[in-house]
Amino acid sequence: MANRDTKANGGGERARFTRRGWLATAPGAAVAGLAMTRSDALWNQAQEASPAAAAAAGPGPPDPTKVPGRFVSEVGSRAPGEEPRRLVRSLALSSSSRTPIHELQGTITPADLHFERHHAGVPEIAAEDHELLVHGMVERPMVFRMADLKRYPQASRICFLECSGNGGGAYSRNRMPTEITAQQLDGLISTSEWTGVMLSTILREVGVRPGASWLLAEGGDAAVMARSVPLEKATDDAMLAYGQNGEAIRPEQGYPVRLLLPGWEGNAQVKWLRRIEVTDRPTMTRDETSRYTDPLIDGTARQFSFVMDAKSVITFPSYPYVLPERGWWEISGLAWTGRGRVTRVEVSTDGGRSWTPAQIEGPVLSKSTVRFRHLWRWDGRETLILSRATDETGYVQPTVQQLWEARGERTSYHQNHQRAWKIAADGTVTFGLGELV
Amino acid sequence: MRRLALGVAAVAVAAACAPDAPPARDDAAGADASSSRLFGFGSPASEDRIALWNIDVKPDGEGLPPGSGSVEDGRRLYEVQCVACHGATGTEGPNDRLVPAANWEQWPSGRTVGGYWPYATTLFDYVRRAMPQATPGSLSDDEVYAVSAYVLHLNGLLPADAVIDSASLAAVEMPARDRFVPDDRRGGPEVR
Repeated sequence: MANRDTKANGGGERARFTRRGWLATAPGAAVAGLAMTRSDALWNQAQEASPAAAAAAGPGPPDPTKVPGRFVSEVGSRAPGEEPRRLVRSLALSSSSRTPIHELQGTITPADLHFERHHAGVPEIAAEDHELLVHGMVERPMVFRMADLKRYPQASRICFLECSGNGGGAYSRNRMPTEITAQQLDGLISTSEWTGVMLSTILREVGVRPGASWLLAEGGDAAVMARSVPLEKATDDAMLAYGQNGEAIRPEQGYPVRLLLPGWEGNAQVKWLRRIEVTDRPTMTRDETSRYTDPLIDGTARQFSFVMDAKSVITFPSYPYVLPERGWWEISGLAWTGRGRVTRVEVSTDGGRSWTPAQIEGPVLSKSTVRFRHLWRWDGRETLILSRATDETGYVQPTVQQLWEARGERTSYHQNHQRAWKIAADGTVTFGLGELV
Repeated sequence: MRRLALGVAAVAVAAACAPDAPPARDDAAGADASSSRLFGFGSPASEDRIALWNIDVKPDGEGLPPGSGSVEDGRRLYEVQCVACHGATGTEGPNDRLVPAANWEQWPSGRTVGGYWPYATTLFDYVRRAMPQATPGSLSDDEVYAVSAYVLHLNGLLPADAVIDSASLAAVEMPARDRFVPDDRRGGPEVR
């Protein structure tokens, strides 16, 4: 992967891998409260000597085989020099940070790099204090503590979570960006393995009354964020998730428990979930009326547009990478759909004139991301590369012109149109959709 | 073949009804509390416990508390609690615009309370749960009525001498009320 460390700027100079840096991350035996053995002492001596030894290195790269390595540790850390970061653009209570999708491999997002979108900051909640109230049109209103929720039968599934505002930076005809990273444009997408209790299990426990058709999900943050969800989804595949990639869900993702609605827009998947009210109609909260609705060209506004339609994003090559030479390069990216499985991803390397099926790496999970790859022999000439995803309903990721025609140009959400990257003759990569509109 | 299928179904039913079989997802939704078909983890929620958190307001006004507030009281509160984020006339920002200064669909100057919000009840609900941003939940119900009345007045939807309560707030007709339509995207080849 060394050929992917070819950024024009922004971290192109990777920190050198040094003994000293490695040592700095290694907790000593004394810290762990373990007895020092003679071999430990020898190890310490060797470590003390190693920076000098490294400095006096002979020909070839630094040689890690001449000094014993560090001990085991209770919590791991990234290698020195590997510093993927969420992108934080403003420190405001209602804000977001974005996943560095252009720096990640495969499909699973490390939990500490999962994108954030909060409406009044991240609340501090102790799991032992947290309660979930379920009431409304139910036979038995109940309060569940975390220990109660965790005693119910568990379920795990891998699925994507995307803010419906993701990609909004590339929808305005007159303001198409060029110097924008995949993270800046589309970093409000992450994929995790989520673990929790199916919401249907809890709804069966409280006994939903006849006539109920919706519920209100409400968070324990300072915005008391609330969204209405149709009961049909709640009893289908909705989950009360308390696990994320094998550990407790992170505070930024809703600790200690959040609503998970696979395939639906992130905003409806209420974090820090503390109340569910079963109802016979939507509550019409602020975030399902004045926000997360889509004003259309015909004068109406589309409401409860929950499902995330099929989308794909090329993450390599993308701005600010530079292709240093012509030849074989592997185009790679992510594709997903909220309507089930991705069935096809195609790549164009000639500005959309011709398309070739990309390789999709399995397993292809419903409502999760897939990694696609396409080996491309770049001839050194300027061109535009694009991708488009097709899902199991036959929906094909549209062009931006198709979205403009269907919706107009004033919508702020669900902008899942095809993206393009422009490869210049000198190998620089910029966002290229502006060339096609 | 049919007989075999029936036999399998009979076995499945028998297993689900066995005294030591765990509750199943397809057990009746409204099952009796004493039924063995429930796990029963968790505690009953009392009326007081529900009332403590049950703060939402429905579009027909259900959930609005007793009390009232005047446009004039709302003006005084607004100038202390709201003006820094929303501007003197509700159009200046820096945070969300409250009064339209552009077409209804334009972000951010059109999608305002008067231009875009379909229900006045949502204004009360949102102010009570989330405003003021730095001190959420600090206004009394009467103060929330008053601020809501003033914002509606700024939008030309209430006269300067208006006083609102649960009935009159729910009766305010918002200009964008009939614009909203359900999602018609269904997958398949059509782009919507």
